[in-house]
Amino acid sequence: MLNGLSTIVRDRAAAQAALQPDLKASTKPKLEAHNLSFYYGATQALFDVTLSIPERSVTALIGPSGCGKSTFLRTLNRMNDIIEGTRVTGKVMLEGVDIYEPGIDVVALRKRVGMVFQKSTPFPKSVFENVAYGPRVAGHRGSKALAELVEACLRRAALWDEVKDRLGDSALELSGGQQQRLCIARALATNPDVLLMDEPASALDPASTAHVEDLIFELKQNYTIVIVTHNMQQAARVSDRTAFFNHGHLIEVDATPKIFTRPGQKQTEDYVTGRFG
Amino acid sequence: MSATAMGPGIGVPRTRASARPSFVGPLFAGACATSAWLGLGVLIVLLVGVLWQGAGWLSWSFLTNYDSRHPAEAGLLAGLWGSLWLVVLATLFAVPVGVGAGIFLEEYEKKGWLRTLIEINLSNLAGVPSIVYGILGMAVFVKMFGALQGRPKVLEIGLRSAHLDIPLPFGRTVLSGGLTLALLILPIVIVVTREALRAVPSSLRQASYALGATHWQTIRHQLLPAATPGIITGVILSVSRAIGETAPLLMVGAAVYLANSPGGIETPVDLVKHPGGVLEAPFDSFTALPVLIFNWISRPEKEYRHVAAAAILVLLGLLQVFNIAASVIRARFQRQARW
Repeated sequence: MLNGLSTIVRDRAAAQAALQPDLKASTKPKLEAHNLSFYYGATQALFDVTLSIPERSVTALIGPSGCGKSTFLRTLNRMNDIIEGTRVTGKVMLEGVDIYEPGIDVVALRKRVGMVFQKSTPFPKSVFENVAYGPRVAGHRGSKALAELVEACLRRAALWDEVKDRLGDSALELSGGQQQRLCIARALATNPDVLLMDEPASALDPASTAHVEDLIFELKQNYTIVIVTHNMQQAARVSDRTAFFNHGHLIEVDATPKIFTRPGQKQTEDYVTGRFG
Repeated sequence: MSATAMGPGIGVPRTRASARPSFVGPLFAGACATSAWLGLGVLIVLLVGVLWQGAGWLSWSFLTNYDSRHPAEAGLLAGLWGSLWLVVLATLFAVPVGVGAGIFLEEYEKKGWLRTLIEINLSNLAGVPSIVYGILGMAVFVKMFGALQGRPKVLEIGLRSAHLDIPLPFGRTVLSGGLTLALLILPIVIVVTREALRAVPSSLRQASYALGATHWQTIRHQLLPAATPGIITGVILSVSRAIGETAPLLMVGAAVYLANSPGGIETPVDLVKHPGGVLEAPFDSFTALPVLIFNWISRPEKEYRHVAAAAILVLLGLLQVFNIAASVIRARFQRQARW
């Protein structure tokens, strides 16, 4: 298992070097969590998580079910706010500004920090209207500019060629993989600089998964991506850094090749080699 | 099961244990089937009886005549239009208020004493007998607590092409009846709205928030459109309850004998030809289908039984139309919604 993963890591690193020789993983932090704890009512789900997420890179969050990785992801754009009885302590800094500070515009925050969910959730509207939803609720008017924006987002999500003739059709008629790429296009339309992905490929077939992974690889040139995944190979394939969560604690975070080949913690090694979780 | 069968528990033969369910199962299924056929049977007996008595009396003139002292000439035109106006007004008042209250309870007031208070009141209201709504309607709308006793006022509102005279208190008018029925169906509309909103998948709500939509935008663009078919279905069903109500209408002064339609509108064409009548109708005196039926049945002449039966057929027909409309809307909704 460990050997298989390290092969993936090496292959990926080679591919990346060939594709973008000048691109080095940036070290400038985009998002930083400081002593972040999170509570669902009386139950504590995250314990003192301190984690820095570099700009224009892919950070994978891995760990067994219920370890808090999705909860952590959702603290980054305050999606947990809509669940009653939740509480946060500590800080989440987005480019040096604490997003839990009073006076932070949560709506504006969510436009900058886009999110893609595990289950593709297209709105029961047309393909076009799905992508146009973010700009529209932001008060975007003018049909020509909007049409251009929608096309640009669909192109960036590698979906344009498949849907350009059916923009008016219901988004629910697309295939599962197309729906998920549509959700990515939709998230891009608010012009975010961070993309949070909560197991974006777990409900997709292998071909669609590969498509979405290629897309993530492309997108990191312009976006900071945080991805939750249950799939070790996927984490190894797409991410630059990997954070391992267990029981609400951040156990270890490091460069992906290191986590999958020479992890510093026994727990991490047990998990990535499939001995538990 | 006997004590020996329970016994040490190890050597219990399987056949003993399974013998009992195999007898209870079919018995239970049979009991359920009996219940179902009992309901259907009663309905069939009722329908056959009414058909037997009333079918021969159904005619075009029965639908287009006013009530008469001669059973052969009696018709239900006044009741038909009266019921229609009542239902339209009740819907106009109950839907905005009920949907608004449902949204408030489901989306804005998520917890706390205010919500608990409103919820307790709503379930109480839903259980109040309809005659009590009639008493309430009489006190509030017909008499306005007697506040204007002896010196009724007329509120005059001049519109561009018409003139609106609103009598205060409302008196025994279509408006009083409609508002009373609106109160009656309000709890149902609220409950239906809440359930329809709760049925919207939370993934839709989250996706909307994640794209930077505000709470209001999420309600307006995602929740309400997704909930609308459910709300419409519920409203139609509550309207079919309102259209059969008799007691509250008698309380708010539905006329038992009336030879004119509200606003003088007797055919759908009149709605276009005399648009002024549309504004007058809510302030006109009225009767309704169930009130006519009640009146006809209580008359001594035997022939009126048949007239009443014919009217019941018309009322059942109307109810059927409403129910079919509700299920058509529900079916369309289920086809569209494939989240």
